[in-house]
Amino acid sequence: MITNLLIMKRFIGFVRKEFFHIFRDRRTLLILFGMPVVQILLFGYAVTNEIKEAKIAILDHAKDEVSREAISKILASGYFILESDLHSEKEIEPAFQAGRIKLAIVFEPGFGTRLIRDGKAAVQILADATDPNTASTLVTYTQAIFLDYQRELNAISSIPLTIVPDSRMRYNPEQKGVFLFVPGLIAIILMLVSAMMTSISITREKEMGTMEVLLASPMRPFQIILGKVTPYVMLSLINAIVILLMGKFVFGVPVQGSVVLLLSESVLFILSALALGILISTVAQSQQVALMLSLMGLMLPTILLSGFMFPIENMPIPLQVISNIIPARWFVVIVKGIMLKGLGLDLLWQETVILVGFTVFFMLVSTRKFKVRLE
Amino acid sequence: MRTIGFILYKEFRQIFRNKAILPIIFVAPVIQLVILAYAANFEVKNLKLVVIDNDHSSFSQRLIGKFEGSAYFRLVGTADSEAEASGMIEEDRADIIMEIPKGFEENLMRENVDHIQLIANAIDGVKGGLAAAYSGQVIRDFNREMIETYGPVLISGAPMAQVSISMDEQYWFNPKMDYKTFMVPGILALLVTMIGSFLSSMNIVREKEMGTIEQINVTPIKKYQFVIGKQLPFLVIALFEFGIGLIVAKILYNIPFLGSIPLMFVFTALYMTVILGLGLFISTFTETQQQAMFIAWFFMVIFIFLSGMFTAIENMPAWAQTLTYFNPVRYFIEAIRMVMLKGAGLHDIARQIWILVGYAILINTLAVWNYRKTV
Repeated sequence: MITNLLIMKRFIGFVRKEFFHIFRDRRTLLILFGMPVVQILLFGYAVTNEIKEAKIAILDHAKDEVSREAISKILASGYFILESDLHSEKEIEPAFQAGRIKLAIVFEPGFGTRLIRDGKAAVQILADATDPNTASTLVTYTQAIFLDYQRELNAISSIPLTIVPDSRMRYNPEQKGVFLFVPGLIAIILMLVSAMMTSISITREKEMGTMEVLLASPMRPFQIILGKVTPYVMLSLINAIVILLMGKFVFGVPVQGSVVLLLSESVLFILSALALGILISTVAQSQQVALMLSLMGLMLPTILLSGFMFPIENMPIPLQVISNIIPARWFVVIVKGIMLKGLGLDLLWQETVILVGFTVFFMLVSTRKFKVRLE
Repeated sequence: MRTIGFILYKEFRQIFRNKAILPIIFVAPVIQLVILAYAANFEVKNLKLVVIDNDHSSFSQRLIGKFEGSAYFRLVGTADSEAEASGMIEEDRADIIMEIPKGFEENLMRENVDHIQLIANAIDGVKGGLAAAYSGQVIRDFNREMIETYGPVLISGAPMAQVSISMDEQYWFNPKMDYKTFMVPGILALLVTMIGSFLSSMNIVREKEMGTIEQINVTPIKKYQFVIGKQLPFLVIALFEFGIGLIVAKILYNIPFLGSIPLMFVFTALYMTVILGLGLFISTFTETQQQAMFIAWFFMVIFIFLSGMFTAIENMPAWAQTLTYFNPVRYFIEAIRMVMLKGAGLHDIARQIWILVGYAILINTLAVWNYRKTV
C-alpha cells in the first residue's frame, strides 16, 4: 500500500517535471496554442477554391452591338474582371505567360451580323489550364453565360423542352472550404503535438544524456514513457477542443453528432499518435533525425494520404492501398461522419475498430523496442 | 576565404557523417515527389452518381444514358427513394443524386418545362460545385439534342427563328488537363522550402544546445564567414534536390519544361538564400531545436497556404491577398510555374526576382546582425 503510494507520488512528480519543461518554454507554448487558431483562421478565410473575380481578356474582332452586349453580360456576372481589351491574337499568349489573365474570349469578325443573318456565330474560349480545375470551372461559367444570352435572344420563340436542374448542396450548402478542413486540421494538429513533440522530447533526453539519469531512477521505463506522454495528451485535447469551438463559433461548422463520441475518438487517435512518436524516439538518436522522421513519415502522409485535402479515390491503386495503413485516414472519416453527417457508432464502428487495432499494435511494438540501456 | 573553406569542410563532413540524416535528405524527396504528384490530385472525374428515376419513361432513360456516357460521371446505382439515396451519400458510396420526378416526360411535352433535383455531397465544396456544374452541362447538352429532334415538331406554325452561338474552348499550356502538370512545380517548391527551412533553422541552435557554439565563438572566425559557411552546404543540397526533382518530373510525368533550365536554377538559388536566411534568423533567437522546429513549422504552414500552391491567390479575401505580398513562397511558385509551364523568360519574372533580392538582403542582414558571438 505504502509502496503504491510512493510510486504514485514519484510518478506525479515526474509528470510535474514534464509540465515545467513545457511551460517554461514560453515560445513553444505560444506557438502550440497559437498554431491551431492561426491555421483555422487561414483555412477558413483564405484557403478557398471558390472562384470570384477571375481576370480575363477579351479580343473582340466584331465590335458590334451583339458582341458588346455579350461582353457586358459576361462582366455583369460577377465572376470576371476585365483585365485588358486585346487587339490581336498575338497578345493572348504573352498575357497568359505573364500570369495576367486566366481566360481569354475571342469573338469572330462580324459576330453580330452573322448571328442575325445566318443564325450562327462563333466565339473562342481560351483558358490557362496550368490550373485545370479553375480552367474548367471558368469555361463552364462562360458557357453558361453565353447559353443564357442565347436563350434570351431566342426568347420570342419560347424554347420547348426546358429541363431546369435544381441543385442542392448537402451538408455544406455554401460550399465552404473550412468544412473539409476542420476535420483534417484536427488530425494534423493532434499528430503534430502528440507524435512529433513526444518523439522530439524523448530523443532530447537521449541526446542531452539525461535519459541515463531517468533510466537509473527507480521508475520503470513504462512509467517514464507515461509521464513524458501525459502532458502532451492534455495539450492535444485542449487543441482539438479549441479547433472545434472555433469551427463552430467563427465559421459555423456544426457538430451534428455526439460530442462525447467525437472526443473519445480523438483520445483514441491521440494514443495511436503517441505510440508512433515513442516508436520514432526509440529509433532516432538525435532530435534532427526524430524531426525528419516524424516530418516525412508521419506529417506528410497524414496531410497527403488521409483524404482530408486530396480525395483518396483519385489516387492510383498503390497509394490507395498505402492510405489504409495511415491512422489519420480512418480518423478523418470518423470526424467527418460525426461532425458533418451526424453519424453514430453504428455506422462508424469499422473505422473505430481499425483505429483501436492500430493503437494496440503501435503500443506493443514501441514498448518492445524501448530499451532500458543506452548503447 | 580560407576560413570559409574550413567551415564548409567541417559542415559537409558533419552532414555526410550523419548516416541517418543523409537518406532523409536524398531519398525521401524523391519518394515524396513520386507519391505527392499522384496523391495531390484535385481532379474531379468519375463522380459517383445515383439516380432515382420516378418516371421510367424513354426520356428519363435517355437522360440517364447521357450521364453514363459523360466522362465526369459513373452510374453506381439506382435508388427507389430519396432516403435510400441519402444513405448512399452518408456512407460515401455516392457523390451526387439525381432525382427525376414522376411525369417528367409528360410535363416536358405538355408544359415545355420540368425540374430535376440534384443533390451533391458538398463537404468538399469544390467537388460538390463541380459536380453540379458538370450535371448542368450534361443536361444542357441533352436539352439541345431534344430541341433538335423534337423542337420543329412541337412548335407548329411559324418556323423557329433560332440563333445559336457555337463555342470552341481551348485549354492552353495543359491541353489534357493533367493535374500533375499543375502540382509538380508546387511540389518542387514545397520540397526545397521544407528541407531548406528546417535544416537551417535547426543548425546553429543545435550547436547552441550542444554547447559547441562556444568553441566557434572563441575562434577568430567572423560572423559573416560563419554564416556563409553554415548556409552554403544547405544551398548546395537544396539545388541538388531541385535537380533530382526536375529529372524525376521529366522522366516520370513528362512535364514540359518550356522555359530555360539554367534560369530555373538561378532563380531557385536566389529563393533558397531567402529561405535559408529565414531559417538562420529563427536559429539565432531560439534556444532549443524543438523551439526552432516549431517556429519554422508555424511559418512554413502559413507561407505555403498563402502561396497559391494549392488554391489561387485571387480567390482569397483582400486582407489575405495583402499578406501574400510578404510571402517569399508566393513569388517562387508564381515564377517557377511561369517559367516551367508557360515558357516565361527572364524579362517576365523580373518583378519576382527583384522582390526576392530585396527579401534576401533584408533577412540575411537581420540574421547576421541578430547572431551574437557572446552568449
